[in-house]
Amino acid sequence: MDKKLYSVAATFGNADDIILATGKIASAGYTNYDVNTPYPIHGMDDAMRLKPSKIGYFTITFGLTGTALILWLMYWVTTTDYPQVIGGKPFFALPAFIPITFEATVLLAAVGSALSLFIYFFKFPNNSHPLHDTEYMKSCSSDKYGIYVEAKDPLFDEVRIKALMHECGAENVYDVNYEEDFLTAKFEIFDKKFIGALIVLAIIVSASTYLHLNKLLYMTPFNWMMDQPKVSAQQKSTFFADGFGMRTPVEGTVARGNMPYAYKGQPDEAGKYLTNPLQNNDKNLALGKAKFLTFCSPCHGNTGMGDSRLNGQFPNGPTLHSDKVTNWPDGNLYHVITEGQNVMPGYFRQVTKDERWAIVLYLRTLQRALNAKEGDLK
Amino acid sequence: MSTIDYSVEERLVHGDRSLKQIDDAIVNPLDAKPNIKYILALGLTVTMLMIGAASLGWTFYKGIGVWGNNNPVGWAFDIVNFVFWIGIGHAGTLISAILFLFRQRWRNGIARFAEAMTIFAVMTALIFPIIHTGRPWVAAVYLLPYPNQHSVWVNFISPLLWDVFAVSTYFTVSFIFWYIGLIPDFATMRDRTTSKIKKVIFSVLSLGWRFSNRHWQHYEMLYLILAGLSTPLVLSVHTVVSFDFAVSVIPGWHTTIFPPYFVAGAIFSGFAMVQNALIVIRKIFEIEDLIPLKTLETMNKIILVTGTMVGYAYGMEFFIAWYSGNQLETFTFINRAFGPYAWAYWIMVSCNVLSPQFFWFKKLRTSIPFMFVIAVFVNVGMWFERFVIIVTSLSRDYLPSSWAYYRPTMFDFGLLIGSFGLFFTLVLLFAKNLPAISIAEIKSVSEGAQPSHHGESNHSANGTHGDGHNG
Repeated sequence: MDKKLYSVAATFGNADDIILATGKIASAGYTNYDVNTPYPIHGMDDAMRLKPSKIGYFTITFGLTGTALILWLMYWVTTTDYPQVIGGKPFFALPAFIPITFEATVLLAAVGSALSLFIYFFKFPNNSHPLHDTEYMKSCSSDKYGIYVEAKDPLFDEVRIKALMHECGAENVYDVNYEEDFLTAKFEIFDKKFIGALIVLAIIVSASTYLHLNKLLYMTPFNWMMDQPKVSAQQKSTFFADGFGMRTPVEGTVARGNMPYAYKGQPDEAGKYLTNPLQNNDKNLALGKAKFLTFCSPCHGNTGMGDSRLNGQFPNGPTLHSDKVTNWPDGNLYHVITEGQNVMPGYFRQVTKDERWAIVLYLRTLQRALNAKEGDLK
Repeated sequence: MSTIDYSVEERLVHGDRSLKQIDDAIVNPLDAKPNIKYILALGLTVTMLMIGAASLGWTFYKGIGVWGNNNPVGWAFDIVNFVFWIGIGHAGTLISAILFLFRQRWRNGIARFAEAMTIFAVMTALIFPIIHTGRPWVAAVYLLPYPNQHSVWVNFISPLLWDVFAVSTYFTVSFIFWYIGLIPDFATMRDRTTSKIKKVIFSVLSLGWRFSNRHWQHYEMLYLILAGLSTPLVLSVHTVVSFDFAVSVIPGWHTTIFPPYFVAGAIFSGFAMVQNALIVIRKIFEIEDLIPLKTLETMNKIILVTGTMVGYAYGMEFFIAWYSGNQLETFTFINRAFGPYAWAYWIMVSCNVLSPQFFWFKKLRTSIPFMFVIAVFVNVGMWFERFVIIVTSLSRDYLPSSWAYYRPTMFDFGLLIGSFGLFFTLVLLFAKNLPAISIAEIKSVSEGAQPSHHGESNHSANGTHGDGHNG
């Protein structure tokens, strides 16, 4: 098969010669030519009459896209998808978003312009260019300065170009031919290797995605904080002979502040013998009000009218302004708060002794408010 | 007195190598069998790495309790190491981006190496936050799709999240910068190699680079743009790292001086680390003429300047602690200098502020053994700076009843040693397998590389050309 000429190329030994030769080729009106130098030569862009690179426009476009995207994301997340008050700041806290906005701008600008350099400006990756693996390329990648004119240039004239090169002091002049493989090869989209590569890629991506979504995400996280050398509730103990982790108090002892209630199951005795130790003052009433609103009001209502806030999800508590309750002695009320009555549970675990008496005081105030006497107006 | 002629630019590359010999000098050691110096160095760093791996394995097995962290000092060696290594990276970007914008052409010989150190330093630093996540296998390996089963987003106003964005952007942009610089060198190695496998590898990595001037034109412009983007980026990274502390309310952390102070310190320690590594690498690979003494001397000047800036920051912190009239702030600083951690504070001051002052003397800053030792001191001092900031502030905060003294355990030290092992292992592997000096950039500043412009059309003189790729 005949060889097909790609270009005529020449190499030069120093930077001055290549600038001179480039100037002559450019002024001779050739357009399909290029210079290959191991490093960029100062003044070569002028000699080749190249316009300034436009890659900066890509950078600013990508950068501003990054700014807009990240601001939109943060706006959407913090105001629409999952608004949360953090540190008392507004949902869209612009000053606090500046660092991330800046980083995203730089990230997208850098990645975007690098990709556009390769894909748009260089048309890379391209390892099948006719220049690759030629003697010419190998000397240009090391220590020679090369120039070539492509055969497709409208003014192409092999003899004239070679003469021009020699005149400028070329060290070597080459004919660069297309490789035979390159000319005969058909670039089909359904090439076997290409399809094979796609299949392999698909398998790798699906396998790793499967592994990630189904296995890695559900592996037990590091939870050393749960794993401590202490005995937790309900755990077995190897230290005590009976093997129980939870211990009962020693028989016949009472822990501090845990004096047992003396009138278990005896409301009448409680009413007879117990008296409120607290004084009827603002402080105790405030305490009683707070505790009443926390523990009693859900069922008995905020003023004890039996108007439950639970809307029937739990049996309504009775009114506390009935004659029965109003005429009970304080000790009886205290007993009911402590032990409970009917469906009402005892509150001795949640409410301390003094707090219970404070509630009694507050309840008496509420009852008095409904049955006020004339003297109370003072 | 000797007089110096400032009109003549000092030569950046010594040894009168031809372009071909530059290729040989840089690429041949990569193809040769490693020499005994290299194997010994690698053996040492891998041992250190294994110490770190063992400490980490034990931490994973037993739990964080094996570290010395205690109740007030919840942040200790791990964060100290993170901040230290992120700081080390800054020198690389400064050399490759900021000095490029300032047309400091002596940087050409060391830029590639410094950029690689940036990447490895950030990788080393990232070990520490990643092992703190509950599921490091997800954080390190496969973060897309973002595991958000509970639909709760990250907190965009938290400095810790800013840190994630800053450090990952910094890593990505540094990597792109480094890779783009490597492309012409990959192409040179592709055309030199005789091995088939290497030929395929370098062809793929070079993407088919043809040294075309139509490409160089865009390439140089992108290099300039990336340098322009990296410059504010590198300043932002340690600024954001300092926000982790400055945005909190602990006395000794809550100060506005932190961002500039952290950035200066980062450049300071980074230059010291690059200088140390370069001295070792040029010895192992015998490339003293490509990285001349003049380069090291200039780096020492930068160490002197940034060290003095750091010293100024230490003084200013004390001044503000007194001038603000804030009792807690005053106490914190007096406690730093004269409290239980006074030893760490004075190590920091003597290593960071006093030791670089020797570089005022030309004789000392051009002596390789001396500058090596000083740079080691600087790195010790900068590590202690982070230790002092983090540990002294936490160990004595607002409530005297919760004060406690922090003592690191052997596992803390093991992880510190391991981080050095990882970093230097990566550096050594890089120096043996990839061109640690940019071939194209060194060629562009060697003797007679650029046109003399005695000819007809040109108006730009060598070295002052506006749009030249100095690198």
